[in-house]
Amino acid sequence: MLKVILWRLIGAIPNLIGVVVITFLLTRALPGDPAAFFAGQAATVEAVEQIREKLGLNKTLPEQFIVYLKDLARGDFGLSLSTGQPVATEIIQRLPASIELTFAGLLFAVAIALPLGVLAATRPGSWIDQLCRIITTAGVSLPTFFTGLLLSYVFYFLLGIAPSPLGRLDPVFMSPRAITGMYLIDSLLTGEGGLFWAAFKQLILPAITMGLFVLAPLARMTRASMLGVLSSDFIRTARASGLKGSTILYTYAFRNALLPVVTTLGMVFSFLLGSNVLVEKVFAWPGIGSYAIESLTASDYAPIQGFVLTMGVLYVLLNLLIDLAYALIDPRVGLEA
Amino acid sequence: MDAATFKHIKYVLGENPVTLFAFVLFTVFVLFALVGPWIAPYDPLVTDTARAMQAPSAAHWFGTDAVGRDILSRVIVATRLDFGIAISAVALSFVFGIALGLAAGFFGGWWDRIISRLADTIMAFPLFVLAMGIVAALGNSVANIVYATAIINLPFYIRVARAEANIRRDAGFVEAARLTGNSDWRILSHHVFPNILPPVMVQVSLNMGWAILNAAGLSFIGLGVRPPIPEWGIMVAEGATYIVSGAWWVAFFPGMVLMLAVFCFNLLGDGLRDMIDPRRRT
Repeated sequence: MLKVILWRLIGAIPNLIGVVVITFLLTRALPGDPAAFFAGQAATVEAVEQIREKLGLNKTLPEQFIVYLKDLARGDFGLSLSTGQPVATEIIQRLPASIELTFAGLLFAVAIALPLGVLAATRPGSWIDQLCRIITTAGVSLPTFFTGLLLSYVFYFLLGIAPSPLGRLDPVFMSPRAITGMYLIDSLLTGEGGLFWAAFKQLILPAITMGLFVLAPLARMTRASMLGVLSSDFIRTARASGLKGSTILYTYAFRNALLPVVTTLGMVFSFLLGSNVLVEKVFAWPGIGSYAIESLTASDYAPIQGFVLTMGVLYVLLNLLIDLAYALIDPRVGLEA
Repeated sequence: MDAATFKHIKYVLGENPVTLFAFVLFTVFVLFALVGPWIAPYDPLVTDTARAMQAPSAAHWFGTDAVGRDILSRVIVATRLDFGIAISAVALSFVFGIALGLAAGFFGGWWDRIISRLADTIMAFPLFVLAMGIVAALGNSVANIVYATAIINLPFYIRVARAEANIRRDAGFVEAARLTGNSDWRILSHHVFPNILPPVMVQVSLNMGWAILNAAGLSFIGLGVRPPIPEWGIMVAEGATYIVSGAWWVAFFPGMVLMLAVFCFNLLGDGLRDMIDPRRRT
């Protein structure tokens, strides 16, 4: 088992290297002169030269890469031009908000998609199967930013149920003492029930928006793998042996059907982290996605680079976790290695 | 296309009204893209503050936006740009992805190692985030949106082409072609490529929807297309500020049309798969 885990850890290294190299190349090797950009339009040739030296842009590309790696190792992502803050500090401050939103979205999607897929597979051709088909086809066609706007129009403006779709917390409340940075967890840890409820209400709409987008692949995969498992020999044997229907469904079929669903989680996370940016913009959610967008509009490059790198590393780590989870769930993986 | 194929397509379309519907919808979109500027009832760029923020009416079916432009006209005219971006991006990833995938699957060895590593590295990012980074680095223009979308779609084509070429590398007809003196290039282009087209075409159709979504997403966050050029994503962004105060139509119609376009391509992709491979019907 330990060997499997170690092997997976080593397997993630090339991807991490790839992420770092690409993020580096995105700024350095592409057309356009960062020095001229940083100096501004009115700068003299000497000023541009000075900045070029200061940024280390007069060195060769491999040398610049070594410098970049050293900076990264010290946790230095550069300075944001528009706020003057170190990029790393801001990203660390904002990351919990994004993570909280992403996982809330995933939880919502899983809570709907798994039962829906199982029900659709056990009753092929029924209305619930049709519903599942409609949702899986329509779900992947939804532009997340548009669903988010529609939801806030219906639930905030028309029905008045949802709180104003801006930010993580109504301005009436003070944010909880930062322990993990995730408001739901922090307010529970400090025992502030009212605060938890306020943060939860604020989170519902953005989380549903994100969840709706990834619901489709999850439900489709659950249905397909459940159908496959239900028609396999060991289920027929279990039925013939007179086991209870629910035992067959949950203990035998569902647990086996989960395996392919876990593998699709990788793609699901790619969707989630990508749509995270759009949802954060729609709901003014103060995560790293909206940080990147603010920097885009200010043509501030260091934060965007930091953002792409953080997302890339986060995604590699999530994939690693999924791999490990898969190895833990499926005993055959351990045996093969 | 011979008579039998045509009959088969007619049969599938008849059996599957949803695919037929998608086909009709697709035709309408293509028509809008081709002749949009001539059939739009108003000029999509002319502003008129006297008729700003009007709700949908007989004169303006989709209402007007904050500076009085007719939303229906803007939605129709935007079709060409949105489809243009998606088609060019998919065409680029089609050509390069298949060339790379074929080389990797057919020659194997170092070709395979380097090309597969390239695909894995692209896939190591959340794709939309990578697209953002590329556009931000290359510069904020429509052409760069096309390149970014093409790059993030590349791995899908590489993988399909690689897998299909790998299966056929030692197939009987390839051996026969080689024995009769065909060069590697000729075998790839005349014997392997036509055989991998069907699965790749399904990929193309599913990919088109995704490419449109991606491009609209990028312009929604302010990359690529700039106002006042009509484009669905940017129109939704322009309407976003008004939707919480009740003016739903500014963002709603472009958003709905965008959704319909993506939906149409996804349905077409499923229908195409049915036509090409009846075993994979769901």
